[in-house]
Amino acid sequence: MSAVPGPIEALVGRYGPTLNHAPAGGWAEGGEPDRLVKTHCCFCGVQCGIQLKVRKDAVVGFEPWEDFPVNRGMLCPKGVKRYLQGSHPDRLLAPLVRTDSGFREAGWDEALRRVEEGIRSVQSKHGRDAFAVLSGASLTNEKAYLMGKFARVALKTRNVDYNGRLCMVSAGAANRKAFGIDRAANPWSDIPLARCLILAGANVGECFPVLTDYVWRARDRGASIVVIDPRITPIARTADLVLPVRPGRDSALLNGLLHVCIERGWIDEAFIEAHTNGFEEVRRAVAAYTPARTAGITGVPAASIERAAELWGTASTGMLLHARGIEHHTKGVENCLAAINLALATGKIGRPGCGYATITGQGNGQGGREHGQRCNQLPSGRDVDDPADRRLVAERWGVPEEEIPRSGLASTEMMEAIHRGEIRGLLSICFNPLVSLPDADYTRAALEKLEFFGVIDVFLSETARHADVVLAGSLQEEDEGTVTTAEGRVVRIRKAVNPPGRARADWEIVCDLARRFAPWEKFPYACPEDLFRELRTVSRGGTVDYYGITYEKIERSHGVFWPCPDLEHPGTPRLYEGGRFHHPDGRARFHAVEYRPPAEDVDAEYPVILTSGRVVSQYLSGTQTRRIGPLVDQYPEPLVELHPALARTVGVRTGDRVRVVSRRGELTLGCQVTKTIRPDTVFIPYHWPDRRSANLLTIRALDPVSKIPEFKVCAVRVEKAPGPGPEASSLRSGACGLGPSP
Amino acid sequence: MIDPEMEFFLDPSRCIGCKACFHACAECETHRGVSMIHLDYVDREESVQTVPVVCMHCEDPACAAACPADAIKKTADGVVQSALQSRCIGCSNCVLACPFGVPRTIEAIDQMMKCDLCYDRTSAGKRPMCVTVCPSGALAYGPRREIERLRRERPVSRFEFGEETVRTKVRLMLPGAAEEAEMDVAALMAGEERR
Repeated sequence: MSAVPGPIEALVGRYGPTLNHAPAGGWAEGGEPDRLVKTHCCFCGVQCGIQLKVRKDAVVGFEPWEDFPVNRGMLCPKGVKRYLQGSHPDRLLAPLVRTDSGFREAGWDEALRRVEEGIRSVQSKHGRDAFAVLSGASLTNEKAYLMGKFARVALKTRNVDYNGRLCMVSAGAANRKAFGIDRAANPWSDIPLARCLILAGANVGECFPVLTDYVWRARDRGASIVVIDPRITPIARTADLVLPVRPGRDSALLNGLLHVCIERGWIDEAFIEAHTNGFEEVRRAVAAYTPARTAGITGVPAASIERAAELWGTASTGMLLHARGIEHHTKGVENCLAAINLALATGKIGRPGCGYATITGQGNGQGGREHGQRCNQLPSGRDVDDPADRRLVAERWGVPEEEIPRSGLASTEMMEAIHRGEIRGLLSICFNPLVSLPDADYTRAALEKLEFFGVIDVFLSETARHADVVLAGSLQEEDEGTVTTAEGRVVRIRKAVNPPGRARADWEIVCDLARRFAPWEKFPYACPEDLFRELRTVSRGGTVDYYGITYEKIERSHGVFWPCPDLEHPGTPRLYEGGRFHHPDGRARFHAVEYRPPAEDVDAEYPVILTSGRVVSQYLSGTQTRRIGPLVDQYPEPLVELHPALARTVGVRTGDRVRVVSRRGELTLGCQVTKTIRPDTVFIPYHWPDRRSANLLTIRALDPVSKIPEFKVCAVRVEKAPGPGPEASSLRSGACGLGPSP
Repeated sequence: MIDPEMEFFLDPSRCIGCKACFHACAECETHRGVSMIHLDYVDREESVQTVPVVCMHCEDPACAAACPADAIKKTADGVVQSALQSRCIGCSNCVLACPFGVPRTIEAIDQMMKCDLCYDRTSAGKRPMCVTVCPSGALAYGPRREIERLRRERPVSRFEFGEETVRTKVRLMLPGAAEEAEMDVAALMAGEERR
């Protein structure tokens, strides 16, 4: 039974979100820090280099790290203020055990014993797979590797998956289908070399702010910038061409661009012939996507489609970058494949200034999807159902091959399995599904059905409120490790301070738990580097080859790009050079894509499209960033963005409250009227919980291949709501998602 | 002394409104917790255009001329400093006089404060904090010929306010040719191509 113990207001009062505005010791305590620690930002896949100021075992500020080549000192507001999460009043300083009215602090022995008993009870009554493990893509590579091994070797459950399922899995699946490898094709340093950039569903200025500098440098050198987005985002504001696509129509638009390129002879027949398979099917499929028909589907003028194709097709070099905007769809994989078709057909890949990439959104979005914490994957991108991959990993782990469970459920499917009674227990780390999964009330009902729920976290997230036991874990700056950035560069995360109070490093907690279920020698690690050494060995000879990467080598060279098969190898910043792809025959694959509509289209009852996304000052479900005062001040509460034309129909002005209703739920928020969004679409950022949660409205419809939810399209109705009541809103209530909106 | 080669450039056309500069400024040891940068939307209903404003460090600063306590000094290398704490009487004349809206009266200490071009950093050969963190190049610091070589925009340091001409140390980057950008998605959907 995992309903929240006691009123949420009481839990918020005790565990936050509280807004922290000042460093440990307050602003008055200035002066020189004890030391500066060179490490990386914990937010987003760019993984900017940053120096943390440490005084008295607390992170009290930052200093730019100008020598790190990716960001050269640049940061976004999240990086600047991230240090405020460390000595935070909400920080969990000891394990918590649920009581009738809330939580009490417990010792580690008791807390770990209760988790062990919870797992054993569920598995003995309902089978091993009835206990599932949820993990996260903001964890280091070492922890991602450990979570997969913990689930499969210690708990022997097939059900382990991660929150990257909400992030970059559509692109990952498309990458593997088309190229036989899942990584950005180029280092970011190739961006300024491109003569044309297509940014498709990538709000670069807000989600990966530091990459803005790369885009502007390309423009300074004469590149044209084409942005595909239903909103004029900051990166789109001065683009050469904006294609304001109707949400859910990206595959049609990308097919339309390829159609024009083929018609006008802007494709690279020699490249297609020499290095790819399957183009004829694509040629036939896109023949129907004339500019006129594509315009009809996408809401983008035919002339703009032709112009975009010309800018891309006639440029000597070009890079196509996309993010969640084309991936969060029930056809997310198809959208990505349509983008890849365009890059391949024009031969713009595998050369300086030519390439294709998804910009991963999470801190370790790349590494988090490589090391075996996904439901269908063993470490190093190996396939959990492939006999050869299973034998190899079984041998390196020293377990019988038949004991490694087969593929399990994706995290997005697990909630349904809980409702069906197939999954009865859960251990979650680095994941706040109550805020981040679609159809939040459905997720809440699932959490309430669990027989046992354990959480490892640094704060009591909205999800953790449902837990039986919360194990107080570590922040990124409290542990050693590595992450792999969105460009495929493996970088070092340094420990700046110790976990506070009785909190412990995540990997130590998980190892302690693992040893209660498996022999010590299966989890013999004394430090994160032991985990990394094993990860390297397991990856040796595979596609995702880390064997030649060591901590020392990373520090010496500001990161190493995988694949890096041996210690002398310099790493591989650019993939596909010379047209060599990673399928056994060395050739890339085209995939013909037919446009199909979104799972839920608009109708007379729900006539407006809802799309969701991020704001620059918040990160994912906000467990960390909704506790950082200056970031909350910057954008305190989610606002509904709508075009003046729609606002007139609804009868609202900026600042009025609007009620947005979908078939799943409704919420009432303030609104921002603006010309920067399509009149048929409203936008709500998703970082907030409870009565501020955009995911009360979103639809639980998944891509059949990647299992990513369709966060970017559902149907809603928008109404004017009565004005605010006598109870005034406050920033605090905004951060925790409670109270009336302004 | 600040290297006379090094100049500050402000380019709103590149600004993405992220406020990294605003937050980083508040980390400075000399005004901890208080940012000296202004960053606002021009008109959010029309556009996502934002403009960061730092002190322009005028050749003949109106703030200093308006100060009855002679509290605002200019260094030999052209940096207009924050008001001297021992002299500032918190009258806000400078706040009213500045044509760029830069100085602020900080109520808690009843004193004027403003951007001093990170004098502690720039006089030691470093870049200002806001420039260092800016992820879009909207704030830049370097030799003018270098900026002119790398960018299409032109640096401007003369501003006409009615009949007053103001010359500044900080330079504003303006488009090389007059530009008009369409900011309404509805117009884009109607087929008007952006220039």
